[in-house]
Amino acid sequence: MTENKKPLISIKNLSKHFGEGETRVDALRNINLDIFPEQVIGLLGPSGSGKSTLLNVIGCILEPTRGQIELDGELVYNDRWLRSDLRGLRLEKVGFIFQAHNLMPFLSSMDNVAVVLDLAGYSASAARTRAGELLEYLEVGNRVEAFPGSLSGGEAQRVAIARALANRPRIVLADEPTAALDSERAGIVMDLLRKVAIDQQAAVIVVTHDEKIYDRFDQIFHLRDGILSQT
Amino acid sequence: MNLAYRDVRHNFGRFMVTCFGLSLLLGVVLAMIGIYRGLIADALELVDTIDADIWVVEKGTRGPFAESSRIPRDTRNSVARIFGIKSVGAVTFQSIETESDGKKLRLYVIGYEPGQLGGPKYITEGRGLTGRNFEAVVDSRTGLDIGDHIQLGRNGFTIVGTTVNAVSSGGEPAIYLSLDDAQKLQFDLSPSATRRERARGAVVVNSTDTVSAVIARTSPNASNDNIVKTIERWKHFAAMTEEQQGIILTQSVVEKARKQIGMFTAILILVSAVIIALIIHTMTMDKIREIATLKLIGAPDRVIIGLIVQQALAMGLIGFAMGGLLIFNIQDFFPKRLVLQPMDGLSLAGVVVVICLLSSIYGVYTALKVDPAKALAG
Ligand SMILES: Nc1ncnc2c1ncn2[C@@H]1O[C@H](COP(=O)(O)OP(=O)(O)OP(=O)(O)O)[C@@H](O)[C@H]1O
Ligand SMILES: [Mg+2]
Repeated sequence: MTENKKPLISIKNLSKHFGEGETRVDALRNINLDIFPEQVIGLLGPSGSGKSTLLNVIGCILEPTRGQIELDGELVYNDRWLRSDLRGLRLEKVGFIFQAHNLMPFLSSMDNVAVVLDLAGYSASAARTRAGELLEYLEVGNRVEAFPGSLSGGEAQRVAIARALANRPRIVLADEPTAALDSERAGIVMDLLRKVAIDQQAAVIVVTHDEKIYDRFDQIFHLRDGILSQT
Repeated sequence: MNLAYRDVRHNFGRFMVTCFGLSLLLGVVLAMIGIYRGLIADALELVDTIDADIWVVEKGTRGPFAESSRIPRDTRNSVARIFGIKSVGAVTFQSIETESDGKKLRLYVIGYEPGQLGGPKYITEGRGLTGRNFEAVVDSRTGLDIGDHIQLGRNGFTIVGTTVNAVSSGGEPAIYLSLDDAQKLQFDLSPSATRRERARGAVVVNSTDTVSAVIARTSPNASNDNIVKTIERWKHFAAMTEEQQGIILTQSVVEKARKQIGMFTAILILVSAVIIALIIHTMTMDKIREIATLKLIGAPDRVIIGLIVQQALAMGLIGFAMGGLLIFNIQDFFPKRLVLQPMDGLSLAGVVVVICLLSSIYGVYTALKVDPAKALAG
């Protein structure tokens, strides 16, 4: 069913290494990967295998060493960045759920989500409405005026998820999004990611160690020493 | 959404403490400028108050303030006869120390002939001198009131009136006496000096009937420069316009102090600039992770620059306003006069804005260089 669509994320011969000589680490070795709209993909692998590196490279946060990255039909990397406004690209197309949630300590939950919409040009009231809906859905609707410092780990994680999804990105990259959540809340998050994939025709990649969500993925990939394989 | 404002609001206490610290610094700068202006204003105050167009003093001196000068009292008659002179007066000046209520009091004695030029400009309370002996009019800054008695030399004087804006270039408040009383006081206080003067005798015809200067006002269409030239041709006298007298006062009498304070003000401004730059840089470094996160979620540079520059400006202007308010409210507690001019305040505000903007450059540079990946590390 997905094969007749064009891939949203298309990666060819992608390599990334850190350092040189003695200290060289090959974090990604010749990765090839196509992900289509509506797909929710699991990315597994031992610690240090390159999972975060792969997400960061796809999210245009980290510069690869070699290869090609095509996002939503646009070739953004071909041995070098082809697009100068990577931040604009991220704002428009990529929703990133960070391993360390990275909320703004001086913004309330509501504003942490609304700020992305504000940057994307939403009116203040439209931004608040959208942010409120997402937070409500993720069961943190009662914490909208709280600041990150007073949120629990799981609450903060869900606010970060709301922020990543706020601007209806077509590419969602989630680094351990359910790590701090109980199985019920993890289920809610996975339901939401699935809904986003369908409603927004989005591609979703989820890095996880969380066995209770393994059955939620369309495909599962494994990374080991920078080499990608599919199960 | 204004991120600068949100951040300030969330860390309000810390921000205000920073502003308060800065306000003390900027308050000191403002006070320094006020002291500088006060010094110049004090120096010129008497000349402004006397408001004479022409000053006639002893030949070869730049008196009566920068150097001492002695000329016969009746010089005023010769001056009065010059074409274009409207009114004249003969005046003496002398610093003196006395006691009032057991406290030392430095006064600047001005002797003049009641009814002629040289007296107090305004009488704020009581009355002016009438020519009776042993009466005085004082500047309100002496702290003396009408009816008070004060001992000067061998005689006691009764205060009959008060005035304002009469202070010597050194900041001593003035006491006006009749010329006769003032001359007697001079004679009482320095008999030996007077004796030497008498022995010298060159200019001094009648040794006690000398004055420090003769002053004159001219009619509106007269040329002050020509009158000065006329008097300069006379054998024993030097003359200058009010403007020249003002220049002598600011340039020679208070020049060193003026430069000293000016230099100190410049150093203070420099120190403030460095401190503001450090504060802004620290403020930026404290937010480096948030700035990296902003980049991660796609915020353009202008949002990040706005965050830093707006906070820098807010801090500078709030600090300035608080500092200004502080100095404005405590200015009267300074022992010498502070002159706080709106223009100086505005200029300093402008300087603060420029400093904040310049200081932001370093913070902005650091912020823009931050690798967004920096926000990812746990
Ligand atoms: N900035 C860096 N400089 C040098 N080496 C790095 C850097 N970032 C990652 N690495 C190395 O690259 C490899 C892959 O790291 P990565 O963070 O992608 O692992 P991961 O699979 O996400 O691990 P985890 O499950 O612990 O999060 C590791 O060996 C790591 O030490
Ligand atoms: Mg990782």
